[in-house]
Amino acid sequence: MQTFKVNGAQVSVDCPDDVRVLWVLRDLLGITGPKYGCGLEVCKACTCHINGKAFNPCAVPVGDIKPTDDITTIEGLPATVGQDLHPMQQAWLDHDVAQCGYCQPGQIMAAVAKVRQARAAGHEITDADLDEIRNVCRCGTYFRIREAIKAGAAAM
Amino acid sequence: MSSLPVEPEELETPEPSGIKRRRFLGYVLAAPTLVVAAKLGKDAFEPKPAGAAVPSLPEPSDLMDLGDVLTLAAVPTSGLITIRMNANGTASFALPRAEVGQGITTAVAMLIADELDLPLDQVEMSLADARPELLFNQLTGGSNTIRSLYTPVRTAAALARQRLVQTAAAQWNVDPASLTTKDGVVRGTRHTAAYGSLAKAAAASKPAAASVQLKEQSTLVGTPQNRIDARDAVTGRKQFAMDLQVPGALPTMVCRPPTINGTVKAVNNRAAVQAMPGVTDVVPVSSGVAVRAQTFGQCIDAVRALDVTWGPGTAEGKSDASVLREVRNAELPMVVPVVPILTKTIDASFTFAFASNSPLETNCAIADVRADRAEIWSCLKSPIVAQQTIAGQLGLPLDKVTVHVTQGGGSFGRHLFFDAAQEAAEISKAMGKPVKLMWHRTDDFRHGRTHPMCTSRIRATYLAGNVLTFEQRHTSVSTDFTHGLGEILTALSASLPVGNLGFSETVFELTQNVPYNFGVTTQLLNEVDTGFHTGSMRNIYSPNVTVAKELVVDRLAKAMGKDPYRFRQAFLKDDRSRAVVDKAAEVGNWGRTMPAGTAQGIAFHQEYKGVCAALVEIDCRPATVNRPIEDGVAGPRVTKAVFVVDVGLPINPRGLEAQMLGGVMDGIALALTSSLHLKDGLPLEGSWDHYFYTRQWNVPPDVQIVVMPPTTGQPGGAGEFGVAAAFAAVACAYARATGTMPTTFPINHATLGFEPLPTVPPIPQSPTDGLAHTF
Repeated sequence: MQTFKVNGAQVSVDCPDDVRVLWVLRDLLGITGPKYGCGLEVCKACTCHINGKAFNPCAVPVGDIKPTDDITTIEGLPATVGQDLHPMQQAWLDHDVAQCGYCQPGQIMAAVAKVRQARAAGHEITDADLDEIRNVCRCGTYFRIREAIKAGAAAM
Repeated sequence: MSSLPVEPEELETPEPSGIKRRRFLGYVLAAPTLVVAAKLGKDAFEPKPAGAAVPSLPEPSDLMDLGDVLTLAAVPTSGLITIRMNANGTASFALPRAEVGQGITTAVAMLIADELDLPLDQVEMSLADARPELLFNQLTGGSNTIRSLYTPVRTAAALARQRLVQTAAAQWNVDPASLTTKDGVVRGTRHTAAYGSLAKAAAASKPAAASVQLKEQSTLVGTPQNRIDARDAVTGRKQFAMDLQVPGALPTMVCRPPTINGTVKAVNNRAAVQAMPGVTDVVPVSSGVAVRAQTFGQCIDAVRALDVTWGPGTAEGKSDASVLREVRNAELPMVVPVVPILTKTIDASFTFAFASNSPLETNCAIADVRADRAEIWSCLKSPIVAQQTIAGQLGLPLDKVTVHVTQGGGSFGRHLFFDAAQEAAEISKAMGKPVKLMWHRTDDFRHGRTHPMCTSRIRATYLAGNVLTFEQRHTSVSTDFTHGLGEILTALSASLPVGNLGFSETVFELTQNVPYNFGVTTQLLNEVDTGFHTGSMRNIYSPNVTVAKELVVDRLAKAMGKDPYRFRQAFLKDDRSRAVVDKAAEVGNWGRTMPAGTAQGIAFHQEYKGVCAALVEIDCRPATVNRPIEDGVAGPRVTKAVFVVDVGLPINPRGLEAQMLGGVMDGIALALTSSLHLKDGLPLEGSWDHYFYTRQWNVPPDVQIVVMPPTTGQPGGAGEFGVAAAFAAVACAYARATGTMPTTFPINHATLGFEPLPTVPPIPQSPTDGLAHTF
C-alpha cells in the first residue's frame, strides 16, 4: 500500500513499488492534469511539485515516495496560495499562452519552481533562466511562455 | 431535412432605397428551444490583378487554391450546421471540426457571438461526433475551417437573432424594426427580454426556411480575444482523450516491430507476459502485440518483456542515403525554353530530411467494441472516413459505430490519420474489452507520421535586370493522402483548371506558386516510394518549396546587384504582397549594421488567400553556436523574429498571432535542428532530446508579430501559414551570416547529436532518478 499526500489530501493506493508516480496519479487516482509526453523525464509535460520543488513523476517509482511527502499537481496549485488561480496561472490567462494546452500544466508548474529557484539564488528570473526550461511545447508558444513567466513572477 | 425547400443560399433583394443587399438563406428547425441552421457554403472567387515587369501567367493556385477545393466540396452536402438557443441564455454549437490548438473553437464562437449580439462567454462550443451526412464537410485541414464556416455560421447566428427579435416583437405587439439587441438582451422602448426567456417561444414546431441579412459592422470580429478554453487549459481541467474515464477502458500499449510496418511472426512468451503484475491481456494485432494493464507503467513493462519474432516491413534496410538516391533518381528534368546565349543561369539543389509529425500528445484513442456496436473517442480530423473504415473493419453497420471527436494535444496534420482509432478498435475487438490505447513517445517518432524526405531543384535565368525563367522540380518520398482528402480531389480534379492530376500533384499545384514576376515559371512534383508513414505535416509542400525558392531569390538578387528586400519589392506581383514585405523591413529595421557572423534574412510567402513576410536575425558566431546545452543542440540562434501577416480578414488577431508564433518556432526547428535520421528501416530518434524541435534555448528573445488590417474582407487560412516564410527567412539569414548558402536541411542533419535507443525492446524503460533532479 502506497501512502502520500496529493494536493493536501492523504491518499493510499494499492500498487507495486516500481510503478512510476505519473501512472499512480493518472491511472489509479484519476488526477489527469499532469500529462504524458514521453515517460523519459525529457518533455516535462508531467511536471508537478514535491514538497514545493518541481519534479517529473514519470521518473519516480511510487515506492520512493514517503508518507509525509506532499505532491502538488496543477489541480492543487491555486490552493497553495489560497486563491482561485495561482498568479502564474493568471499571467498565463493574461498572455493567452495556451494553444492546444497539452503541455501547459507542466509548463506552469515548472515556471513557478523556476521563479522560486531564481529567488532562492538571490535574483529575479532572467532570460538565461528561461533558456534552461526544458519543457517541450510543440505548438511553439514559447515566446508567450517567457512573457507570462516574467509577469507571473512579478505577481508572486 | 429532405423536406426543406431547396433554394439558393445567397439572395439579392432590392431594398426600398433601391440598393441591393445580400441576404442569406437559413433554416429554423423544429425543437423545444430555438434551433437555427445553415448550409455550408462556398467562397467567392477573386480574380488576381495582373503583374508588372515580365508578367507570369496565372498559375492554378492563383485561380483556385486547396482551400477553395475543400470549400467547393462542401456545396452538394445536405448536412446543416445548427445553433441552439438555450433557456439559460447560452447558445450551443457543435463544431464539425477538430480543435487541436489552432483556436477555431474561439474564432467560431466569436462569429456566433458577434452576429447574435451575445457575450462571447455565453457561446458553448463542443466538437461534433462523426456526422456521415456531412460527407466531405467534416475534414479539418488545409487551414480551411474559418474559410468554409465563415458565412454559414454567421447566417445561422443572424437568423437566431432575427427570430428572437421577431418573437419579442410579437409578444410586445411592436414593429421588429423598433427593437435592438445587445449582450443577449432584446430591447424595445418599453420592454426588455433576455434571449433565454425567448428561447422556447422562438422555437419552431416545423422546419422553415428564412432569409436574413448579415451585419454590416462587426463588433467582436477583428478584435483580439483570448481562447475560450484557456482557463481549462491552465487549471488542468481541459480533457484530452487519455483524460477521459470510460468504464473498463484500461491502459493499453502495443509492442511494435524493429522496422517500419514489420509484422508479427510469433509471440514467444505470451503466457509469461500475461502473468506479469497488472497485465490483463496480451494479443497479437496487425501492427504488433497489444498489452492491456492496470497502469501504463505496467504496459511499458509488458511491452519490454515481450519476445516477438518479427517479419520484414516496408522500409527494410533503407537509410537516409538510400532513400535520397531513390528520390534523386526520380527528379524530373528542367525544360528551360530556348534563350539567348547572353542569359545567365543559376542552378541550385536542396535536400530536406524526414521530419516528425508527432504532436506532444502521442497518438491515442479509446475504443469500446461490443458484438453489436462500437464507440470510439479520439482526436480526428477526418472522423467520417474513420467511422466508415472502422465500421467496415469491425463488420458493423455505420450507425452502430459512434465516433466522438476529442480535443487534440496538437496535430500539425497528424490527426488527418485515424490509425490510433483503428488500432484501438482492432485491439478492443480482439480482447473483447474496452481499451485506452496510447502510443509510447519512442513509437510516435519511429512508427508515427513523417514529413517525407524530398529534394527541390531550381533553375533560374536572368538577363538585363529581368528574370526570364524560374523552374522548380520538387521530388519527394510519397505523401500519404489516403485519409480522404484524396477522395474530394478525385471528385473535383477533372473540373479544375489543372486537369486530371494525381492527388499529390493536385495538392502541389493548388498550393504552390511563384509570387514574383519571373517570366516563364514552372513548378512540378514527382513522388516515389510509398513504404513510409508520411502525411501532410503543417503546410505540406510549402515550407520546403519556399525555402528553395527564397534562397534562389537571394542568389538572383545578389547576382543582379540588388538588396534582398529591394529585389523582392521590385519583383513581387502585387501591392498587397509588397505591403507585408515593406512592413517587415520597417519593423525589423532591415539593413541595419550587424557584427560579422550575424545577419538578417527576409522571406515572403503567399497561400490560403493571404500573404506574409518574415524577417529574422541570426547569430552564427562560434560562441553562440557552441554554447553548452545539456542533452540538446545549441547551434546558431535566431535572436529576433518579425512576422507580418495579412490573411484578408483576421477574425481573432490574438489567435492569429499565436498561430504565426507557432509557425516561426516550426520554421526555426526545420531550418536548424529538427529531423529524423533513417537507418535500417527505422528512424533513430526516440525522444524529444533526439528530435530537436525548438526548445527555450532556441527561442528568439525578441519576437514581434504584426497582423495587417483587413484587406480583402474575406478570412484566409491561418493555422499552417507561418511555417514557410519563417523557415525561409532563417535559411536566408544563415546564408548571409555564414556566406554559404545551405543546401541540406536542417543544417545540423549531418551530425547525429544523441545516442540512439535500441530497437528491441522497442521502447525504453522510464527513469527512476527523478527525485535527484528536483528544482
